[in-house]
Amino acid sequence: MSGEVAAEILTTHVLELARDGRRLDGRGLDEYRAVTLEPGYVASADGSALVHIGDTTVLCGVKLEPGKPFPDTPNAGVLTTNAELVPLSSPSFEPGPPHPRAIEVSRVVDRALRAAETIDLKELCISPAEKCWTCFVDIHVLDHAGNIIDAAALAASTALAHTTMPRVRFELAETDIPLAVKHVAIETTFCRLGDALVVDPTVDEEMACQGRLTIATDEAANVVAMQKGLVGAFAPQEVKELAERAFRHGDRLRAEIRGGAR
Amino acid sequence: MGNVGASEVPQLIGPDGRRIDGRKVDELRQIRVVAGPLKRADGSAFVEWGANKVMAAVYGPREVHPRHLQVNDKAIVQCRYNMAAFSVDERKRPGLDRRSQEISKVIAEAFESVVFAEEFPRTSIDVYIEVLQANAGTRCAGIVAASVALADAGIPMVDLLPSVAVGKVGGQIVLDLKKEEDNFGEADLPMALVPQSGRLVLLQMEGHLTAPELGRALDLGVTGCRAIYEKMKQALRDRYSVDPPQVLAEVAA
Repeated sequence: MSGEVAAEILTTHVLELARDGRRLDGRGLDEYRAVTLEPGYVASADGSALVHIGDTTVLCGVKLEPGKPFPDTPNAGVLTTNAELVPLSSPSFEPGPPHPRAIEVSRVVDRALRAAETIDLKELCISPAEKCWTCFVDIHVLDHAGNIIDAAALAASTALAHTTMPRVRFELAETDIPLAVKHVAIETTFCRLGDALVVDPTVDEEMACQGRLTIATDEAANVVAMQKGLVGAFAPQEVKELAERAFRHGDRLRAEIRGGAR
Repeated sequence: MGNVGASEVPQLIGPDGRRIDGRKVDELRQIRVVAGPLKRADGSAFVEWGANKVMAAVYGPREVHPRHLQVNDKAIVQCRYNMAAFSVDERKRPGLDRRSQEISKVIAEAFESVVFAEEFPRTSIDVYIEVLQANAGTRCAGIVAASVALADAGIPMVDLLPSVAVGKVGGQIVLDLKKEEDNFGEADLPMALVPQSGRLVLLQMEGHLTAPELGRALDLGVTGCRAIYEKMKQALRDRYSVDPPQVLAEVAA
């Protein structure tokens, strides 16, 4: 049986299950997979986190370096987010220049970090218009079992919450201090399967999916970023309902990140 | 947004409740849509929207390049959203940056949601959007232009896709942000609507909105999209309708 036929059968099955309010892995429609956060996974990074959402594994490493501020923001540091969908993580990822899919993950995570002000960029100023910290957030997807946007965002926030500013290494001070994390944005992704809107989709569900919506929330009950992706559509009323669901998932996951933070 | 540490934030809503360009909070900028300005393309459209100037062209359905992207039972929609180097105040490096690639992806997905792709297996419908002059809302202007260009090319679709950005400026939910409002506002939410179904096929957001504000923003955007929809249909009518007296005169002659 060709892969295409197998995929077709699986897709039909996923959609039929969803119509009865069920999912392939036995979860409820609004049930998130188990999440584990392992901060400090990479010793060579200034901050890092290995995150599992079910079988999905994403690693984020943070590195800080002194650099030059942008001319239009002389009193702020620089934040750079990059996600790599390395070929080891999925049979459908290939080597080569970043695929639009990877660029989308980077930009959606970056948007949430920026809008929520996860780190206060003004705190990264060393001397105005001359020197500031550049904060590199590098995300490696290691095992793509679905919902890499949420996993990447969780990894980035967790890593930032456990990042040390390497002031000693760059001879800027006698001691290192932790990077202050102001607000933690949590991204929650939903997929449309027929009329059902399921949270935290697996790869099989993403294959069958008829529209994907990611909603990032902060602890002050704001929506800070959204991204609709893939082919499909959402009614405004559905978006409002999904925002309420995103707040609930966000609060629960935020507590896990904050709970583990120093 | 995107202006952390910037020195001055201008006052975006005046004491009279008017915006910096005198608009009310729910007022669109001037929009002009022209269908079919390009000769070589299968379909084209030009949109002048406030200080935005955006051209769109559609080619296809035609052979897929690169070939491996070809899908056996339907057409694919490929989109290239590009900003001209001279379209912004500070010269932009030519070519697709990451922002343009992301926008190209979500626009292609939005159109693939409304095009009857299964009618043209193993082909590509190529949508090209060139931003010639930019003043916030270029992806929305691009979608409006591309929709009209798709219709001009005769591509069967569920509907045209009107698109607009809603935002939060000076604490208020406002329709159709211009550059200063986009740069210094508190939220930006671009969307594209399928008027027939009332569903959104493009939705992005950055900033801060509470749940009630999000609800109001979505509703305001839908209203805005419906107004833009009329201008898009009119542009197509202007291009394709024949002046009745003129036809009668020709028949008589």
